Amino acid sequence: MEERLRRTMMFVPGNNAGMVRDAGIYGADSIMFDLEDAVSLAEKDSARMLVYQALQTQDYGDAELVVRINGNDTKYFHDDVFAMVKAGIDVIRLPKVESAEMMQDLVKVIEEAEKKFGREPGSTHVMAAIESARGVLKSLEIAESTDRMIGLALSAEDYTTDLKTKRYVDGVELEFARNMILNAARAAGIAAFDTVFTKVDDMDGFKKETEHIYKLGFDGKSIINPRQIDVVNKIYEPTRAEIENALDVEAALEEAHRKNSGVIALNGQMVDRPVALRAQRVIRLAKASNLINEEGDFIEE
Amino acid sequence: MKIEKTALAGTVESSDIQFTLSASDNGIQIDLDSPVKDLYGKQIIQVIEDTLKAYNIESVKVKAIDKGALDCVIKARLVTAIQRSLGMDEPNWEVL
Amino acid sequence: MRKVISLKNSIGRELSDDLMKKLDYKPFESTEIGNPVVQRVAPKVRVSTGNDKLTTSIKDVVRETVKDGMTISFHHHLREGDFIFNMVMDEIIKQGIKDLTLAPSSLTNVMNDKVIEAIKAGTVTHIESSGMRGTLGEAVSHGILKDPVILRSHGARARAIENGDVKIDVAFLGVPNADRLGNANGMTGDAAFGSLGYALVDAAYADKVVLLTDNVVDYPNTPASIMQTQVDYVVQVDKVGDPDRIGSGATRFTKNPKDLKIAKMVNDVIVHSPYFKQGFSFQTGSGGAALAVARFLRQSMLDKNITASFALGGITTPIVKLLEEGLVKKVMDVQDFDKGAADSMKNNRDQQEIDASWYADPDNKGAMVDQLDVCILSALEIDTDFNVNVMTGSNGVLRGAIGGHQDAATAKMTIISAPLTRGRIATVVPKVGTVVTPGDSIDVLVTEVGVAVNPKRKDLIEAFKKVPGIPLMTIEELQQRAEKIVGKPEKLQYTDKTVAMIEYRDKTIIDEVKQLKD
Repeated sequence: MEERLRRTMMFVPGNNAGMVRDAGIYGADSIMFDLEDAVSLAEKDSARMLVYQALQTQDYGDAELVVRINGNDTKYFHDDVFAMVKAGIDVIRLPKVESAEMMQDLVKVIEEAEKKFGREPGSTHVMAAIESARGVLKSLEIAESTDRMIGLALSAEDYTTDLKTKRYVDGVELEFARNMILNAARAAGIAAFDTVFTKVDDMDGFKKETEHIYKLGFDGKSIINPRQIDVVNKIYEPTRAEIENALDVEAALEEAHRKNSGVIALNGQMVDRPVALRAQRVIRLAKASNLINEEGDFIEE
Repeated sequence: MKIEKTALAGTVESSDIQFTLSASDNGIQIDLDSPVKDLYGKQIIQVIEDTLKAYNIESVKVKAIDKGALDCVIKARLVTAIQRSLGMDEPNWEVL
Repeated sequence: MRKVISLKNSIGRELSDDLMKKLDYKPFESTEIGNPVVQRVAPKVRVSTGNDKLTTSIKDVVRETVKDGMTISFHHHLREGDFIFNMVMDEIIKQGIKDLTLAPSSLTNVMNDKVIEAIKAGTVTHIESSGMRGTLGEAVSHGILKDPVILRSHGARARAIENGDVKIDVAFLGVPNADRLGNANGMTGDAAFGSLGYALVDAAYADKVVLLTDNVVDYPNTPASIMQTQVDYVVQVDKVGDPDRIGSGATRFTKNPKDLKIAKMVNDVIVHSPYFKQGFSFQTGSGGAALAVARFLRQSMLDKNITASFALGGITTPIVKLLEEGLVKKVMDVQDFDKGAADSMKNNRDQQEIDASWYADPDNKGAMVDQLDVCILSALEIDTDFNVNVMTGSNGVLRGAIGGHQDAATAKMTIISAPLTRGRIATVVPKVGTVVTPGDSIDVLVTEVGVAVNPKRKDLIEAFKKVPGIPLMTIEELQQRAEKIVGKPEKLQYTDKTVAMIEYRDKTIIDEVKQLKD
C-alpha cells in the first residue's frame, strides 16, 4: 500500500456546490465528500450527482479523494458505490462498520462496479468508520477484512451515545476506542484517523485534542473546517533535531546500499527497519511542512 | 421524450443553480436567470441543451436560476431534475 | 456612422482621439510624476464678519449660491447613511437649476436615485467622481449622460481642485458638529464619522462653502478641521445622517476560510519582504481579508519585535488596536471605516487627520503615499500585465471606485489581495475590462491558490522563492487556472460612445469606459 500523509481529512457536505467546488484550495491531505449525515434524505440523489460531476471535472490537486457513502442498510448504498467508482474516487468510506462482512459486502459491490465501468480491479480503496462499541471491539477484524483497506476512523458522536456517555473536553470517554482503533490499524498496517472536533471556534480545545491524538500515534484528524488544517499540520511538524536525525539515517541507508553492506550503523547504533521507517515518515512530514526541500536541504525562514 | 412531471433540483445558494422542469407545449423552452448571462449565457444554455439531448428530451420547460454555478454543477443539477421528473432510480450511466 | 479615430496610450488602451482633444487630455505614459512646477488657484471670498451665516433654510442658501452651469460638490464620509446629498439635491432640482457639474469625492448607493432624477431633470449634465455603483452605474454605463463621467483617484481629485481643473462653485458639506461661524470637525455628534479628510480640500478651495449640521455647538468650536475663515453658511438641519449606516459598525474578524487563507499569505509576503523592518509603514483596506491581515500582521510584529512608524489611509478598528498597543506609532487618517476608528480619532493624539492632498496628491511637496512601504489593495480584475480594474464589473458596468487605489499603489511594495474567482467570474484575466491602476505600480498578487510577483521585481521573487507558505506562480499560470475553473467568457458588446474617462494621477488618461449595447 502506498504510504502517504493523512494528517487532515476534511469533511465537505456533498450537496453544497460552493464547498464542493472550493474543497481543493485549503491543502487538506484528504478530502472527504459526505453523502451521508451532511445530506438530507430528500437530497441524496442530488448530492451523489453533484459529487460525481465534480470528481470528473474539478482539480483537487494532490489530495486523496474520499467519499463517505450511505450505509449498507440504506437504499442509497448501491447507487452511491456505483457512482463513486465510475467517478474514479480514491477511497470509499463506509459508515457505522461493525464487522468484516460489512466491508466485504462493500467490496463485492465495488468489484461489480469496477467491472461494469472498466475501472482497474482493486483500484478503489476502502476505509471503515467505527461508530459503536461493537465496531470498536471488532476493529482488528474490520481492519484486516480486505486488502483494499487504507484505514480506520473513529466517529465519536455515535460512539459516545452508544456507550451511554457524551463528549468531554478531556476525551477520557474515548481513550479505549482510540487505543483499540489505533492498535488494530497498526496491526493491519493501515492508517488511523481520529474523530472530528465540532466546536470550530474553540481553537485551543482543538489544539489540545490534536496534540493528544498525535502523541497516541494517529495518522491525523478528521476536520470540519479548513481553519483547522494549519493547527493540525503545525502539531505534526517534526522538530529540527528529528529532521536532522532522519536525514542522517537516510544518508546511512544510502551509503550502506551503495556499499552493498548488510549492517547499517549510525553513530555506533544499529539502523533497523523501525528506525528507517520512522526516518522516512519524518522526512515526508518535513517536506509537507515546507521545512526541507526535495533535495533534503533545510529551507530557511 | 417529454417531461410531464414537474421536478426541481439544486438550490439558490452561491455557486449553485436551481432547475425547475415542467411540461411544455412547444418543444424545449429555456428560461435562464443568471448574474453572468452576458459572459456565460450561451455556454450555460449549451450545457442544458446537451444534457437534455443526452436524455432524448424533446419537450420541456426549463426554468434555471443560476447563482454562478460551474458547468459541472449545472449538469449535476439538471440530471438530478430530469431523473426526478422521469422517476428514474438508476442513473443513465451512458449519458454521464 | 460616426467614425471614431483612436489612439493608444503606453499600456495599449485605445482612447478616442476627438474626446481627448475636446477635453484637452494626454494619453497615459508612465507612473513617474517627476518634478514639474504647478500653479495652484485660490477661491473667491465674500467678505463677512461671520455673524450672518447661520440659517435653517436650505432653500434660501441654494437660491443664493447655485446658478445654472455651476460645479457643486459633496463629500462621502457619511457613506450609506448620508441624508445631506438628497436633501440639497432635492432643493436644487425643485428650483429648476440646469446644467450643473456634480463633483463629489465619491457617490454612494444612497445618492444614486437622486442623481438619476437630477440627470433626467437636466439639473445635472456632468459628473466627476472617484466612483459610482448600483443603479447610477447601470444608467451611466447605458449612456444616460451625453458627456463622459470623469473618474479620478482621491489624490488626483485633490490635485484637480488645487490646480483649478475642477473649480468648485459651491461645496455642500455635512458635518456632525459646527458652531455658528462654521468651525467644525468630524469627531463628535450623533453622526460623527472621524476624519473629514476628503471634505477639507473642498472647504479650502470652493468659492462658496455651505456646512450642514444637526448639531450647532457653542462658539468657538475646537478642534476645528474646517475653519470659520472658509465657511459661508451654516445650515441647521434635522439630521445629517443615519449613524447606523455611516460606518460598518463593529468590524468583525472574518471567518471565511478563503479570506483567511489569502490574509495569511499576504502576511507571509509582507513579513518576508525586505520592507518588514523596524519603522516600516503600511496601508490596508477595509475588506474581510484586509482586516484579517491586520490581525496576522500584529502577531508577526510581536514575534519579530517590530513596530511600524505609521499606518495610512482609510482606518479600521484593527488598525486602531495596533496604535493602542504601540505596534503602530502614528495613524495618518483620511477616513474612518467604522465607529471604533472614528471614536479613536477624538481620543488619541497619535491618530492624525489628514486631507486628501496630504494623503495622496501627486502634485505636492510630498504626499504620505510617497513614504509608504507596503500597501494592500483589492481588485475586481487583474490581468497578466498586472493592470488592475476596480471600476467596472465583468459585465462592463460601472460598479466601484478608484478611491485611493492608484495613489496608494505607489507604495514600495503594492500587494493585490483577491480570490482567484468569485462565483463564475475570474479575477485574474488575460485583459482587464478597464485599467484603473497600471501594472507598473503592482508588485505582488496574492490569491488563495498562489502568489504571483511582477517579473520586474526580481528582488521580491528571490526573497519569496524559498519561503514556506508562499507558493510562487506566474500570473499567466494563475490566469489559466482561473479560466480552467470558470471557462472562457463571451466578449461584451460595446458601442463607440465613451461613458467614462479614467484619469491617472497626473491627468493623463489611462482608459475609457464604453457604453454597453442594450
